[in-house]
Amino acid sequence: MNIEMKGINKAFGSNQVLKNAGFVLKDGEVHALMGENGAGKSTLMKILTGVYTRDAGTVLVDGKEVVYKTPQEAEKAGIVFIYQELNVLFDLTVEENLFMGKEITKKFGICDRKAMRRKAQEVMDKMGVNIPINAVMSDLSVGQQQMVEICKALMVDAKVLIMDEPTAALTQSETEGLFKLIKSLREKGVSIVYISHRMEEIFELCDRITVLRDGTYVGTEYIKDINMDDIVRMMIGREIGERFPKREGVKIGKEMLRVEGLTKEKTFENVSFSVKAGEVLGVSGLMGAGRTEIMQAIFGNLPFESGKVFIEGNEVKIRNARDAIKAGIGFITEDRKTEGLLLEKSISDNISLANLGKISSKSVISGSKEKELANKGITEFRIKCFGPDHECGNLSGGNQQKVVFAKWVYTDPKILILDEPTRGVDIGAKKEIYSVINDLAAKGVAVIMVSSELPEVLGMSDRIMVVREGHITGIIDAAEADQEKVMTLATGGTL
Amino acid sequence: MGNTAATTLNKKSWTSYIGEYAAFIALVLLVVVISIISPEFRTAGNFLNLLRQATFNGLIAFGMTCVILSDGIDLSVGSTLALSAVICAELIMKGCPAILAMLVALVAGTLLGAVSGLLVTKGRLQPFIATLVTMTAYRGLAMIITDGKPISRLADNIASSGNEFAFKLVGKGNFCGIPIPAILLIFALVVFFFVLNKTTFGRKVYATGSNAKCAKLVGVNITKTKIIVYAISGFMSALTGLILISRLDSAQPTLGDGYELDAIAAVALGGTSMSGGRGKITGTIAGVLIIAVLNNGMNLLEVSTYYQDVIKAVVILVAVLSDRKR
Repeated sequence: MNIEMKGINKAFGSNQVLKNAGFVLKDGEVHALMGENGAGKSTLMKILTGVYTRDAGTVLVDGKEVVYKTPQEAEKAGIVFIYQELNVLFDLTVEENLFMGKEITKKFGICDRKAMRRKAQEVMDKMGVNIPINAVMSDLSVGQQQMVEICKALMVDAKVLIMDEPTAALTQSETEGLFKLIKSLREKGVSIVYISHRMEEIFELCDRITVLRDGTYVGTEYIKDINMDDIVRMMIGREIGERFPKREGVKIGKEMLRVEGLTKEKTFENVSFSVKAGEVLGVSGLMGAGRTEIMQAIFGNLPFESGKVFIEGNEVKIRNARDAIKAGIGFITEDRKTEGLLLEKSISDNISLANLGKISSKSVISGSKEKELANKGITEFRIKCFGPDHECGNLSGGNQQKVVFAKWVYTDPKILILDEPTRGVDIGAKKEIYSVINDLAAKGVAVIMVSSELPEVLGMSDRIMVVREGHITGIIDAAEADQEKVMTLATGGTL
Repeated sequence: MGNTAATTLNKKSWTSYIGEYAAFIALVLLVVVISIISPEFRTAGNFLNLLRQATFNGLIAFGMTCVILSDGIDLSVGSTLALSAVICAELIMKGCPAILAMLVALVAGTLLGAVSGLLVTKGRLQPFIATLVTMTAYRGLAMIITDGKPISRLADNIASSGNEFAFKLVGKGNFCGIPIPAILLIFALVVFFFVLNKTTFGRKVYATGSNAKCAKLVGVNITKTKIIVYAISGFMSALTGLILISRLDSAQPTLGDGYELDAIAAVALGGTSMSGGRGKITGTIAGVLIIAVLNNGMNLLEVSTYYQDVIKAVVILVAVLSDRKR
């Protein structure tokens, strides 16, 4: 199926989100759609699939002008959008999710479970995913839920698949499975629009790339003709310089945190490591290796059976987040939306909540101090917003993450744990977050950074700790580390 | 997601201001309309009367607002009111000084509320179920204590005149011509406004209801916050109970039956989100007054009680629907 979108305009109220945006999708290609957060990628795709209506412009499908009024209409035409946010019913089974709204029925509308089970298994096998079809969704990992979402799209005979950050929550092997599938779909003539921030994936998978910037079409190129720097330049309209800014004038000081023999049955075992002041310890490993759980345990949010935690040489008992904060630990969780922010509250409210002691005396909040702190956060972290009252749910991913950083940094932590600090954040904001991490290290904060993006771990860390199936399989100096060594340790090999 | 930043630009449009003050606008319209139709309605005496009537629902609705803001609900307010009122009355009949008896009732109400909070937090029951349990249990206890009969002529059983004065003052007293219950209502409004908007505790209540997971990770003690919120609700119910028995000069185990529904209606009318985190105490007072004006106005206009309920339901529905459009 050929799709051509030309001169698309779209405004929400007074905000022009798309002006003269567009792209051309050819039969049987994997087409990357890139741009910073807020560049209009998702909006453009939502216009194609009938989620939004366009203010101006034309959409030609196989040469004929079309307007899909609802996503269902687009789906009937063979255009399926797999959203970034999971769209699953958590209390139902895999099979029920796959057939939601399009159940195979016998006479009198009775569900033909046998036929559905057969077809579901067929699709799952074709994809090479191994998820029991009678499993309840909420029992699956986020990665598995995502795979079910993708399978759901394949239940319909899709001619065009739009994937928005499909690998954000997938493990390495699931990602490989997905890529294999995308490639085989391409051979069958299915066109794929692939939205992702991960450069490595774009180069591995895509044939062509279209870049949007500030809602406007910038250009389309064949992947084989360009390199990463070209793409970044197209995306931000200027040179970005070093991807990972250099950390300067950092002295690595005394030991701030030491963990000895931390163990939780079936989750992690005998975990021991330490971090020093001014040091960034990268934590690598596959999804589900237990990295997040280890950090949650240290922060007191996940009880563990045995092991000791020392801060500045003294053993501490941390039973909950309050104890951890008192002990000087900050924790930026991997899930910004459900754990990191009060989305319906303002920037000011969010920063204040972690710093109530600072802005109040005798439990009474000082309005001026609160405003001062929020404004300080907005300036220091360069949060793009209308002011302290801007609702966090309306900020872009990068700016949301900056709010999370601001609220934790002002608690003056001695140790800051970052879990996937740049997930879902665009390149420009990523670099700003890296600078923040460097500044914190320069101030003598001990930083632990859990990340699934290998280049980030390699580029930002002083040392890298690799976790596999709840065990530490190695701690290597960044100077000696490379992608291969880390992957070897993460997948169970030895150096 | 490209579109999210976009929607904010129209954030402070005029429609959102209307949404914010919808309850007040509705209240003013209602007062104006009824004033035009009924000359009786627009007398000073009636307004004081109306304010007194609003007190019972108002005090309970303030506590309810806190509970709902924390993502809970308190169905036990009516039963808590009855049980603490009955405890107070029983103590008075046993010769306990009235002031002491009233204090005991307030403490009892607070503890009864805290029990709901414990069931919700430590017992991990859903607020609806937890307070359904306490609602049923407290009503039963009130029946057991009184053997199902009203305790009457309380004032006559108070020995000292000081105590008698205090007991009567709560429900029947006046200060500069304003009924004491109305003064209590205004005082409570100021206190709740201050606590919810200006104190760290208020922030914790909003944060708990908005996203408990997130609040917990920045060190908010969710368990403590929730227990306190239910305790506040219990205290307010007990206080309302004292005003009621002072006015009636008797305590019945059936007091406060159905009060939880009026309180929830007032909170909803005031624009507070039933899933917590969003809402204002000023909205709640508007909601309370709307219900009071409706009741009062329809009585003056001699609308049949059967129609009154239907009209009330329609008003609540319209108010909540228009609030959702924001």
